[in-house]
Amino acid sequence: MLKIKNINTYYGKVHALKNVSLHLNAGEIVTLLGANGAGKTTILNTLSALTPAGSGEILFEGARIEALPPDRIVKLGICQVPEGRQVFKPLSVEDNLELGAYLRYRSREGRGAIKKDLEKVYQLFPRLLERRGQMAGTLSGGEQQMLAIGRALMARPRLLLLDEPSMGLAPLIVQEIFRVIETLRQESGTTVLLVEQNAKAALKMADRGYVMETGKVILEGVASELLENKEVQRAYLGKEKKEIWER
Amino acid sequence: MNLSDQIIQFLLSGFATGAIYALIGLGFSIIYNSTGIINFAQGEFVMLGGMVTMFFLTSLHLPLPAALVGAVAITTVVGVLFERLAIRPIRKPTPLNLVIITIGGSILIRGLAMLVWGKDTHAIPGFSGEEPIQLGNASLLPQHLWIFGITTLVIIVSKVFFNYTISGKAMRACAFNPRAASLIGIDVRRMVLFSFIISSAMGSMAGFIIAPLTMTSYDVGIMLGLKGFCAAIIGGMSSGLGTVFGGIILGILESLGAGLISSGYKDAVAFVILLLILFIRPQGIFKRADSERV
Repeated sequence: MLKIKNINTYYGKVHALKNVSLHLNAGEIVTLLGANGAGKTTILNTLSALTPAGSGEILFEGARIEALPPDRIVKLGICQVPEGRQVFKPLSVEDNLELGAYLRYRSREGRGAIKKDLEKVYQLFPRLLERRGQMAGTLSGGEQQMLAIGRALMARPRLLLLDEPSMGLAPLIVQEIFRVIETLRQESGTTVLLVEQNAKAALKMADRGYVMETGKVILEGVASELLENKEVQRAYLGKEKKEIWER
Repeated sequence: MNLSDQIIQFLLSGFATGAIYALIGLGFSIIYNSTGIINFAQGEFVMLGGMVTMFFLTSLHLPLPAALVGAVAITTVVGVLFERLAIRPIRKPTPLNLVIITIGGSILIRGLAMLVWGKDTHAIPGFSGEEPIQLGNASLLPQHLWIFGITTLVIIVSKVFFNYTISGKAMRACAFNPRAASLIGIDVRRMVLFSFIISSAMGSMAGFIIAPLTMTSYDVGIMLGLKGFCAAIIGGMSSGLGTVFGGIILGILESLGAGLISSGYKDAVAFVILLLILFIRPQGIFKRADSERV
């Protein structure tokens, strides 16, 4: 479904992605792991055309997309839930969700279909229904994360890019959000590219994973294998920490 | 006429000029809110509204409604050109660059207007005559009613637009967080263009409703623009009622100051208020200081 071939991305003079290649098959959940500054978020932003690639190719369902502007990317069905939620705080919860379907309103799609999707999002996140008239800025962190995901779903994404959905949230809420991601895959076949700090939870849910370090992909494989990989365990899962400590 | 009658008269006329300042101020805050730009050329849109109406009425002898529609249309075209030619091509839109560019743009527009229409002051007849309406001991011109009517209408329409239409909500989203807006498929540059269209149209309306009261010339935009800016600052650059109240407060204080102290201080009132607000409450008098949840 998605193929990234040898992309290089720069922030000014900083070489943030170095010849990164990866792919996603339709219906997969793939996770990107790595320390802060490894380039995970940059991959998502390069895909969403916020920081366009300096060189390389991105193919989505066989078509080159690396030169398209951000709104065309969304139109193709690639939606990002950005790091730190970034909901529109002065607008109501329902307005935020409606805006997720902005391009669908513009393409004169029937209001009925959009309304239906709104109901679906409310089913996934009943808490948003309770707070539909409230300003998004008054929501708790977890609710804002739900709103950010709901907003992206309103665009009917085929590929959902999630940037650290668990950041700063209570474990129970993280569970709820991960449960929703799995539901999405089962019910709508949404492909998911998930960037996570919570490596264990991410690998448990994902089919495959990529491990990044300083702008490069250093390891890739089936999620269950990565979970067993000594290097991954040491660096991201915190195992053997005790042994190191005791030495 | 005793003092209380005079004060009522000052309040009425202050309210009317205040409504116009509010309209100009809304133009400022709409562009500011969707782009972060303080568009110092806003006053020139107001000037164009009056001057183009004058041109259509006296040179082309068009009927009034056609002249007004024409003035809005031409000013909007100027607003679009301004955004396309001066704002969009900027590579590094730092605040300083933008301020210089909008001031430069305003000088250019003013200069062109001077070349086209000369330096004379022109009059536009009131929309429904000049016969004053008596209200007790105070009097109103029919033009004042037009001012109240059009301003109220514009405020209601913009309120509905920003709160109930998807494009209006998209503009607010864009103003709050352009990055997140582009991630849901909103074309940010298009929203910037939209905001210039709305502001220039509003500015031109302010220009033609005030022209019958104060006359118009190529350089009225500077002062009116600054007054509108002041209204927007009092209102904390909100694109809603804050700016409207800001305009009205300013209009009334100005009219009281001119009437009770000296008309020489009329313009000074606005700038004293502007400075006081910027020193004491830079977030505007209606806005609570920002507090947000992370």
